[in-house]
Order: sequence, then C-alpha cells, then structure tokens
Amino acid sequence: MSEPVIADSAAWLVVWPVLLPILAASLAVAAWGHGRAQALIGILGVAAQFFSAVLLFAHVWSNGPVVMSMGGWPVPFGIALVADVFGAGLTVAASLVALVIIVYSLGDTSEQYRRAGFFPLVLALIAGVAGAFLTGDIFNLYVWFEVTLISSFGLIVLGGRREQIDGAVKYAFLNLLATTFLLIAIGLLYGMTGTLSMADLSTKVAALPNDATLETVALLFLVSLGMKAALFPLYFWLPAAYHTPLPAVSAIFAALLTKVGVYSLVRVFLVVFPEGADLARETMVWAALATMVLGALGALAESDIRRFVSFTVVSGVGVMVAGLAIGTDKALLGAIFYIVHSIIISAALFMAAGLVSRAGAGSDIENLSGLYKGAPFLAVAFLLAGLSLIGIPPFAGFWPKVYLVQAGLEAGAYALVAGVLTAGFLTMLAVGRTFALVFWRAAPDDAPLPASGAQQGGGLVLKGALGALTFLTIALGLYPAPVVDVSTRAASELLSPQPYIDVVLGEAGNGESRP
Amino acid sequence: MMETAFAIVVGFLFAFSVYLLLSGSLIRLVLGIFVLGNATHLLIFVAGRLTREQPPLIPAAMKVAEPGFANPLPQALILTAIVISFSLFAFLLVLAYRAYQTLGTVDTDDMRDAEPAPGPARLRGRDV
Amino acid sequence: MNSLILRTATPFLVGLTVLFSIYVLLRGHNEPGGGFIGGLIGASAFATYIISEGTNAIRRALIVPPIAIAGIGLFLAGLSGVASILFGDAFMTGQWWFPDFKPDLKYLSTVVLFDIGVYMVVVGAIVSIILGLEESGQ
Repeated sequence: MSEPVIADSAAWLVVWPVLLPILAASLAVAAWGHGRAQALIGILGVAAQFFSAVLLFAHVWSNGPVVMSMGGWPVPFGIALVADVFGAGLTVAASLVALVIIVYSLGDTSEQYRRAGFFPLVLALIAGVAGAFLTGDIFNLYVWFEVTLISSFGLIVLGGRREQIDGAVKYAFLNLLATTFLLIAIGLLYGMTGTLSMADLSTKVAALPNDATLETVALLFLVSLGMKAALFPLYFWLPAAYHTPLPAVSAIFAALLTKVGVYSLVRVFLVVFPEGADLARETMVWAALATMVLGALGALAESDIRRFVSFTVVSGVGVMVAGLAIGTDKALLGAIFYIVHSIIISAALFMAAGLVSRAGAGSDIENLSGLYKGAPFLAVAFLLAGLSLIGIPPFAGFWPKVYLVQAGLEAGAYALVAGVLTAGFLTMLAVGRTFALVFWRAAPDDAPLPASGAQQGGGLVLKGALGALTFLTIALGLYPAPVVDVSTRAASELLSPQPYIDVVLGEAGNGESRP
Repeated sequence: MMETAFAIVVGFLFAFSVYLLLSGSLIRLVLGIFVLGNATHLLIFVAGRLTREQPPLIPAAMKVAEPGFANPLPQALILTAIVISFSLFAFLLVLAYRAYQTLGTVDTDDMRDAEPAPGPARLRGRDV
Repeated sequence: MNSLILRTATPFLVGLTVLFSIYVLLRGHNEPGGGFIGGLIGASAFATYIISEGTNAIRRALIVPPIAIAGIGLFLAGLSGVASILFGDAFMTGQWWFPDFKPDLKYLSTVVLFDIGVYMVVVGAIVSIILGLEESGQ
C-alpha cells in the first residue's frame, strides 16, 4: 500500500505491548481448565510482548516518541497511547522480568493454582502495567490502574490460605482507597482544565494560578500514587500483604506494581505539574527520606524472610522518590536507573525467599539455619542479589546510588543524601543478618536435614530463573553504559517535555485522513 | 447555584464515607468505600459543569453542537468508573464474607494472621 | 426448581429471550442497545434455564465452560480493534463492509464484531458467576 501506511505501522508499535497480553489473556481464559495450554499461552504471550516492547523501544530510541490515537480521534479529544524513552524503556524492563517470573512460576504453581486462573490473571496484570507505562491520557492511566488492581486481587487470594485472606483484605481496601483518591484528583483536575490528555494538561496547568486548589490536587496525586508506590506513611499495607501469596505472585507484585506507582508520580510531577505545587514537593522530600530509612529499619527488625524482602522493596521506593524530589537531570537519571534495578532485584529476592522456604522449614528466619550446606546455589544467588540491593560496587545497585548522591550533593539536598547512605548502611546490616542466620550459621543437630533432590533448592526451572536475574544484575553492574544512556535521555526528555507535548498534540494518529 | 448545592452534597457524602472508613468493622469499611466511590462520581459530574436540558447532539446541518449543551465527557468517565467500582465492590463483599468464614471475625483489630506474633523479639533462642 | 409451569414455559421463554437479546445487540448499532445490555438480557435467559433445569443441564447445553465464552468474546473484541491495521487506519478505527448485493446493510463492521465480543464477555462472565453461586449453595 501507499506511504502513509508505513508511517502508521510505526505508530502501531505502541499498541502491541498492551494488546498482545490482553489477547493472550483472553485466549488463556478461553482455554479454561487446560493447565498446559494456559501455561504455553502465558509464556508465548509474555515473550511476544517482550519482543514487541524491544521493537517499540528501538523505534522510539532512534525516531522519538510514538503516538497512536485510538480510533484516529485527534488528541486531546481522543485517547492516545504514547511511548517516549521513559515509558518504552520501563516496558522493556518490566516485560523481561515478567518473562523470567512466568518461567519461574512454571516450577512454582501446582495444578490447583493453574485451574484457578493463574496465567490469565498474570497476563492481565502485565497488560495493565504496560498500559499504565504507555498511556498518554490521565483517565486512561486510572483505568489501567484498575486493570492491574482487579487482576492482582485475583492473584493475591489464589490458594485461599488464612494469612492470604488476611493480607488480601488489607491490600484490597487500601489499594482501592488509593485508586479512588486518584480518581478524585483526576476529576478535580478535569474540572479545572477541561482536558485529560497529559500533554494538553501540561500546557493548561502551567497557565493556572499556583494557588491552594492546584496544591490540593497535587497533594491528592501525591497521596494516591504514593499509596500505590508504598511511600511513607502509606506503605503499611505492603509488608502486611506481599509475603502471603505464592512466591511467583509476590515477585511479580514487587517487581511491577510499586514501580507503576513511582512511574506515575514521575509522570504527574514532571509532565503535568512541571512547577508549582511547592507543598507537595516539600512533602515528597520528607516522605522519601522517611520511607527509605524506615523501610530499611523494618527489614532489619523482621523475622520472616518474605516480610524482610517486602521492607527492602519499601526502602527502594524511598530511594526512587528521592531522585524525583531532588529533580535535577542527574537525580532523575539515578531514579530511573534505580527503577530498572529495583524491578530486577525485587523479583530476584522474592524468588530467592520462595526457594528458601522450599528448601528449609517455612519462612521464619528464627527457624531457618545452615541452608548453605543444602542449597549452595541459592545461598550464592541470595548473597549476590543482596549485595546488589545494598549497592556494593560491582553490582547494578551501585550506580544509581552514585548518581543520586552526586546529584544530591550538587543540589544541596544533604538530608536526602544522608538518607540514601543511611538506608544503604541499614540494608547492609539487614542483608548480612539474614544471610548469616539463614545460610551461614550451623544447623542445630536436632534439626531435620534439608530434604534432598528437587526440594533442596527447587527445580532447575526455579534455579534458572533466579540465576538469570542475578546474572542480569551483575551484568548491568559491570556494564552499566546502556542503562545510563537510556536513563540520561529519559531524564532529559522528562525535564523538557515540550517535544513530547508537540508530538502528542501535533501529529497524533491520522485524524486528518478521516472522512 | 446548583453547583454550590451539589458541592455541599458531595462534601456530606465524603464526610459520611470517612466516618464509615474509620470504623473497625469490615462491613462498614465496605460501605464506606462504596459511598466514597459514589461521592467521587458525583464530584466528577459537578466538576464537568452542570447544564440543563440540552442533549449534546449535533443538528444535521451543523458541524458542532449549539453552545450550552450538557457535557457528555463526565458522564462517560462516570460510567466507566461506576462499572469498575461496582465490580470491585462485589469483590470486596465476597472478600469480607470469605474473611468472616476463614478468620471468624470482621473486626480489623483481630485480623492479624499475616502479621508477626505479638510480643518481644523472638530471635534469641540459639547462638548466631 | 420443581414447578410444572416453569418447566413447561422455560423453552419458550429462553428461546424468546435469547432472540430478543440478539435483536438488542444488533439494534445497538444506531439506537439504544448494544453488546452490554444485550449480554445482560441473554444472561437472564440462561439464568431462567438454570433455575428451571439445574446447573448440570446448562453445562451440557453450553458444551464449553461459560468462562471460556467470555475469553473468546474478549479475544474477538481485541481483534476487532486490530482489523483497522489492514486499511491503514489507527487502532480501534471502525471498518465497514458494504456488500454489492445489499449496499445498505450496516452490520458487517468491526464495530458490530466488538459488540458481539462484549455480548459474549457479559454472558460468559454472568453465567459463570450464577453457576458459582448456585453450586456453592448445593
């Protein structure tokens, strides 16, 4: 066909990472009751999404933001899917880790879980996450939040054990409250500006007076998205819920859900409110500081290995939001790198924690001991992942903290610098303590020997998935240049969003060609 | 004038839902979330400006509707939000019922199955 | 439920209601109606059947599990949005096909396909919820 069609096929790239998991989820639902077919559809669906996300990212990297206005309605009247370097890059990272997690889940889910719809729910969750990363419309963002929320509700109660129901109650009520607050904020913003497209909002909000109304809306966004991201003082639902479901489900929640909250905070506070809303920004600094330090302290005090991992996830959220709160080029670079790092490392640690409770007796650090003997691979992987979490040099966790500390010193945000360093120190103590107790100390003589064979460190699939993520975090630590380049460009695009706005508002879709 | 009256209604609904949400009973929490959702929907409706008796239809001979028509967008937003919040409300009801069956209580203070056992730190029995 | 009147009337009621639901589904193209409301009417027909004949009868009658119908419907709805790629239009742009022998036929379009998908999602989801409730009560 003729030339405009080629231009359109590039715009279609942004549709696939969202649509493919939805199509795969619907096929998996259609294959209800056939566990094997669903597993195959799940893996193929996420693999296809990863492939499409890489293609999208490659295109965005060389040609700038991609816009697809649904139904050809021009923005701001239509809803557009928009991919810039930030959104597309995070989609690639999330999709890659989701692929590893879904492979891990093959060894982790029994037939009972598959029959209850594990794979369709995971696919729907991944679709929701990709949709949130790639949407250019703030109400559409709310809809994708709800898609992830509904599928995560299904996943968290899968299995129906006592503590799962208890955790699910807290998770469900608080997250639903958070999305309702988000809806209130969006409604008020719509009332003030009459538009919902983020690019259009950016110019319209800048024209509004920086008064108490704007401040209220910004604070509502901070509260609702902060609750999603698990920011102090709204993070208590996370350690109460994330350790209860299947290890694969915990891994996917920790890797993706809080990051969607952080992503939206970055998007809202850099594109929609690039300036003004000073009280919200001031609050963000202190919330980030408290989150990273209290999260690390919680990890240090925790006696359950999966709750320990939950608290380290909370601490990481504080570090990411600290980058946003400093707000310079370099700080954002660090924050975006940390998001990528945290997607990998949260999943790896929850996988390792799942393997620990398989290899030992339960997940209570008090009762676990001497696992190094029975499961050396697991011990090494846990240690490497833990070192990366702390931010020890040759691992991926080191670089974002270097950039954040540098940026903080340059910007004079000494409290946040002290917070990042203190949190790193406390995390080191927590990781060291957990490793020493669970793996290093000798098992008491009367303790039952670790089971042999497949039970020891889990099957080959489980180990392979954990090994892949550990390898990834080492590789990104030794050769961080690609992620640094991507984060640098994403940060500079976010700080000067004018090209993004022009692309979305100007060339959106092919509205002119409509009859 | 109408906006002011609606704003007061919305405020009343928010106050009512906060009162319910501060309760310790799961049932009241569910109802509180539901009222909060409805208050939000009404808020979006009012935020889209209130206009009366002019459907947003474009006459055959014109390209745009005549000014003063009712804003259709908030209604579309609210319809989406109602469908979503309705399904989540159903989920919460089932979850609350399931929690009552499994945990034997609807009092949030007694729901501590996912929390560590209370009491002093237990990590002291063995040598490290 | 063991009622002679209900069991005698059910075949007529179910047939008529399903027919009416399909009418509402197609009518929704230009007038009030559509996939969602049509699906609700269709689901009420199946609910009548469940009350009268029991849950096993409907599982036999539907052949596939009802949730699978919802899955197929979602797939159709998703595909209907993709169809526009063949014509160089944006995602989810409606495409119409007017056959030569009946150029005023307005039902051969991706929009109607989307509505049919929604219809199947609603019917499948509601019937499986009703089945779940009925079977947990037994």
